[in-house]
Amino acid sequence: MICGLKSEIMKLDTSGLESFSTLTAPGDGVVVEFSAPPSFQLPNSNDFDGFVKEAIQMVKPAKGTTTLAFIFKDGVIVAADSRASMGGYISSQSVKKIIEINPYMLGTMAGGAADCQFWHRNLGIKCRLHELANKRRISVTGASKLLANILYSYRGMGLSVGTMIAGWDETGPSLYYVDSEGGRLKGTRFSVGSGSPYAYGVLDNGYRYDLSVEEAVELGRRAIYHATFRDGASGGVVSVYHVGPEGWKKWTGDDVGDLHYQYYPVVPSTVEQEMAEATGA
Amino acid sequence: MECVFGLVGKGFAIVVADTSAVHGILVHKTNEEKIMKLDSHKLIAASGEGGDRVQFSEYIHKNVALYQFRNGIPLTTSAAANFTRAELAAALRKNPYAVNILLAGYDNHTGPSLYYIDYLATLHKVDKAAFGYASYLSLSMMDTHYHAGMSLQEAIDLVDKCITEIRSRLVVAPPNFVMKIVDQHGARECAWRQSLPSASPTFC
Repeated sequence: MICGLKSEIMKLDTSGLESFSTLTAPGDGVVVEFSAPPSFQLPNSNDFDGFVKEAIQMVKPAKGTTTLAFIFKDGVIVAADSRASMGGYISSQSVKKIIEINPYMLGTMAGGAADCQFWHRNLGIKCRLHELANKRRISVTGASKLLANILYSYRGMGLSVGTMIAGWDETGPSLYYVDSEGGRLKGTRFSVGSGSPYAYGVLDNGYRYDLSVEEAVELGRRAIYHATFRDGASGGVVSVYHVGPEGWKKWTGDDVGDLHYQYYPVVPSTVEQEMAEATGA
Repeated sequence: MECVFGLVGKGFAIVVADTSAVHGILVHKTNEEKIMKLDSHKLIAASGEGGDRVQFSEYIHKNVALYQFRNGIPLTTSAAANFTRAELAAALRKNPYAVNILLAGYDNHTGPSLYYIDYLATLHKVDKAAFGYASYLSLSMMDTHYHAGMSLQEAIDLVDKCITEIRSRLVVAPPNFVMKIVDQHGARECAWRQSLPSASPTFC
């Protein structure tokens, strides 16, 4: 060990669990220490690795979704579908996949719904604490790094989160992709979920930095619509938000079925073969 | 499909990495920098899983900076490489990092050096090295054309030969590469080789 250098194994971030450690009820005769460190129970299983693998597999199909976000000259557009599916069963058509972390930052949900909601809420708490402690808003860079570090410390434990953090701070519009493997990427265009390849196609083709807000909202809506058309695990309602210098604003919430007939109206077409009257026998 | 390789020349060391951030079949970014400046005269080129690559590189970077603050002098390349190896080894049987690293540096007394550190905490001081699928395509090329004390232009030509080989023979070849160099003047970016304009404009 080189003297003077810290070398600890990275510690778990347990700040999300602080409130839970005082809720244990000592009814079964076990003495609860008030100074016990935050902890959570491990499952009762001989094969912990196998249990973890199963847990990860159980959550994996739930990345059935399409979310996208892109930066343009007037800010960030964030769009998502609203379908939740469990294998072949659609469990909900009205899931809120765009999470409002604070009035100028949005997060998107892909993967485990509970994981995304909980950790985004936790991130919102941390951001507010930062504001109170430092008398200034946290940057999107800082917020995404906080989330990435938390998710990294739970790496391998079965969290399933594929999120984008979008916001407007002092440096202008920013967009980060953060996932439960601990990866964090800064970029200008991202799409996450099972329908993302389809969305990328429309998004990459129609994207220009100098889109107007209306054109950008329409691009986001169109890209999600096309993804819901081709991907079975995406559907429901397209929500599009715009993040500007004053904060975010929700722009649309259209049902994809209605959008389909809007983009591709039914055209009366000539019948190819007509059934002739049967001649009397 | 991550490609990282490097070599030592006359008074400098050069490392090259692809710049694609990939997730399954999708490429999220084509201008992701995988070569980090460890300090003024060291570069760390890392390839591996997204989270591990960035987090481990930053961890080593912060500890190297801490040593310099505490002791007033920077670490030598050899010391930094051995420290990195020790961290990988300590985590190996508990919570292993899936990162392969090429550490290039320049010291005033010993000149340029390149260290090969793989995810199992193997450490070798080498003249040329490569990780990933790039190694199949570029190591033999480097073995043929490399000689001790190559000039900068010769080294860049060799790197270009390797990139051409990767592009023509690797089935999912990354479109863009970045080259970084470290010599007595410090660590800096040398050149990009782009066959696809970056998905993100460079103001990012």
